Amino acid sequence: MQWANAVVQGVILGGLYALLAAGLSLMFGVMRLVNLAHGALAIVAAYLGMVLVNKTGLPPFATLLIVVPVMALVGWVLQRTLLNTALNRQSLAPILVTFGLAVIIQNLLLEIFTADNQSIDVGSLAGASIQITPDIAVGVFPLITFIVGVLVIAGLQLYLAKTTTGRAMRATSDDREAAALMGIDHRNLYALATAIAIGLVGLAGVFLGVRTQFNPTFGDVTLIFAFEAVIIGGLGSLWGTLWGGIILGVAQVVGAQAFPSSGVLLGHIVFLLVLAFRPTGLFPKVVNG
Amino acid sequence: MALLEIENIDVFYGDVQAIFDVSLSIEEGQTLAVIGANGAGKSTLLKSIAGLCTPATGEIRFNGERINDVPPHRRVPLGIALTPEGRRIFPSLTLEENLLVGAHTKRSGYWNLSTLYETFPLLADRKSRLGTNASGGEQQAAAIARALMSNPRILLLDEVSLGLAPVVVEQIYAALPAIVEQGTTVLVVEQDVNQAMKVSDRVQCLLDGRTVLEGKPSELSRERIASAFFGI
Amino acid sequence: MTTSAFGSSPAAVKVKRSTVASYVGLAIAIVLVIALAIGPFAFLTKGNQQNLVTLFTYIIMGTMWNLLAGYAGMVSIGQQAFIGIGAYGIVYAADQLGVGPIAAIPVAMVIAGVVAYLVSFLAFRLSGGYFAIGTWVIAEVIKLMTTQIQILGAGSGISLTAFSGYKPAIRIATVYWMALAAMVLAIAVTYLLMRSRLGTGFTALRDDPTAAATLGVNVTRSKRIIWVAAAMGCGLAGALLAANTLRVQPDSVFSVQLTATMLFIVVIGGIGTIEGPILGAIVYFTLEHFLVDLGAWYLVILGVVAIIMVLFLPQGLWGLISGRGRISLFPTGYRLMTNPATPPTVATQDNAV
Repeated sequence: MQWANAVVQGVILGGLYALLAAGLSLMFGVMRLVNLAHGALAIVAAYLGMVLVNKTGLPPFATLLIVVPVMALVGWVLQRTLLNTALNRQSLAPILVTFGLAVIIQNLLLEIFTADNQSIDVGSLAGASIQITPDIAVGVFPLITFIVGVLVIAGLQLYLAKTTTGRAMRATSDDREAAALMGIDHRNLYALATAIAIGLVGLAGVFLGVRTQFNPTFGDVTLIFAFEAVIIGGLGSLWGTLWGGIILGVAQVVGAQAFPSSGVLLGHIVFLLVLAFRPTGLFPKVVNG
Repeated sequence: MALLEIENIDVFYGDVQAIFDVSLSIEEGQTLAVIGANGAGKSTLLKSIAGLCTPATGEIRFNGERINDVPPHRRVPLGIALTPEGRRIFPSLTLEENLLVGAHTKRSGYWNLSTLYETFPLLADRKSRLGTNASGGEQQAAAIARALMSNPRILLLDEVSLGLAPVVVEQIYAALPAIVEQGTTVLVVEQDVNQAMKVSDRVQCLLDGRTVLEGKPSELSRERIASAFFGI
Repeated sequence: MTTSAFGSSPAAVKVKRSTVASYVGLAIAIVLVIALAIGPFAFLTKGNQQNLVTLFTYIIMGTMWNLLAGYAGMVSIGQQAFIGIGAYGIVYAADQLGVGPIAAIPVAMVIAGVVAYLVSFLAFRLSGGYFAIGTWVIAEVIKLMTTQIQILGAGSGISLTAFSGYKPAIRIATVYWMALAAMVLAIAVTYLLMRSRLGTGFTALRDDPTAAATLGVNVTRSKRIIWVAAAMGCGLAGALLAANTLRVQPDSVFSVQLTATMLFIVVIGGIGTIEGPILGAIVYFTLEHFLVDLGAWYLVILGVVAIIMVLFLPQGLWGLISGRGRISLFPTGYRLMTNPATPPTVATQDNAV
């Protein structure tokens, strides 16, 4: 029954990965930009949450009310200044600029907070768990994370499908120039998409900070896990990203059960297998813009 | 005052000049057809009006105001709508969603989903079809309808007949009277001279980026048009 | 019809590959290399030599990263995998296979090349930014797998013992000369590669893969060749790093910081030219020495500089100095001389990324 428990824990972990990956998926979907600073920004949010909890005594969930809007604003500004410019330059520019950004963020955090491990304290919630079967217990906080992950993906999907701006984003992603002919200013639209993406990263970062210990270099693995979730699930599909996160989570936890301390490696291997045999992912978007 | 006035523009693609000293004017409510062979500069002309190209010299005035420096997305609220060459329907959106995007710029007027479905019954049946799965005729109807959703003062139609069967082209052009009836100014770019002559109040012919002929369809003979069109 | 822009007679047009500047450049380079080679006998201390080995390694790394990004349009954040393989490779070949430190270097390069070849079938399924992260994942996997291997010291690293018979001065000079030769080789091979017909194909590939394919450039094969060549070059750099420090630590030799270094070198120096990475490596090396006391702020500054360069000075410092290709010390393009008396007006292959 160890295995059933591992699978359940893996699925729950997957919710966090999907939450982390949502913004990455959105930015690529709307503007074909892979944000290499995505992981670093998640860690910024974790630090922000930690500082707020420590300095103001706010309960961790309340810090979201500050962290998410702040991160969204950061995203907006980033897109309007650096990233829109980079998108107008040569095709390597966005990759180089976001990588540079990741280095800047990571080292700023290192200078400000040192390399010590940190975490966000949720008090008693950290240990609380629900017993599902005699062998399987699910932590309350991880469960909340999972539910939030699913809700975020669903919400994003709904937003893109049903709202005017969501539709405008899909149109701009298909054909930016034709969208301009409809009166759509892609610069603001991109900024809105990035604001949403980074706001979501802010949300994810706080959950991450509660769940695990983090330090400035954590941005790297965060980016990698988010990326793996997106690719396993299939580019262009938000539900795919959810499934990708779940599969990655299960691979890691079950992998660690089978080969102790090799969970992450197993996750990578599953990712590489998907890349080898189903390179478009498990639920790829049908239409290419 | 003419609704749209183009005065002596030169337009370049990089180092290649596509339009040489072209002038044009349309009164509100008129339908002007710009005809010419492939490469004559017709689409470039429309793109310049919509803002996708910028003239190197000369002026484009809409409603009396110079719009040379206005970016394309700001020309739509002014009342300029382009149905682009190749239709450019958003492939991952349904035809109805394509129309809805056309309404992104909110201008009041006669055209909305239901009136457009009346005018293009072909669309009403297919509205849930994804852009990428729609036929050429459906895409063309959708592209025009999409442009009309912004209730423009001037509608620019770029090579509507391209790649479509004659029967389908007839169906598309059958909708034009309804558009003109609303008082919309129309600028039609066409290679199909017959069709252009049928629907327009005035005709302007381009050859190698220059205007070579202008006038009312009734006043222009076949021979004059042919020689202007082909440059012989 | 109309008169040609190039004058009315064909004799007025000449096509050249080299200019006065390039001959001068070649001469200077040869003199410099000779001077550097004599160095250990004359004016270079052991410390100087070890520092210069680091510089030469940077030049090799930058040249390789530029080969990928500047000439083939592939941004890889995973090149550290091959640096690590090179480092472990020289230790494995020299100590465990017993071929000695010098012969071990080509062995290490070949191992890196083989791994790169195999890995390319996975990596090439991605493109653009996702390719970049994908190479990073692959690098992580290679690191994780390498640190499982006991005979390579697992997680705690391994020392290079093949030099233990050598006196320090001899060892350091030997490594120095190997590094100097390696650097010259790396630059020469890259230069000749880019000058050749293969190289023209690569540049076409960088500028427009679809168009290049229609002209008969086998896009995937060309990319694979560059990928393997760059990996071997990085393997070479890794082997030299190991030889210089005598110690291989997995966290430093597989560190993504190495990619950051390569990126900065190429972005600062100038992407898409042979000279750019050389200049960039010199600048980076110098900065590293002067700013090392700043700790993490050093990397923050570097990151800011890199972003500014990418957005506002994409041709890099070399592009600034050379007037965007008007001067070329290592010309890989062709120049159209409209009138032999007037200076050339067209620089083709060198940059334009």
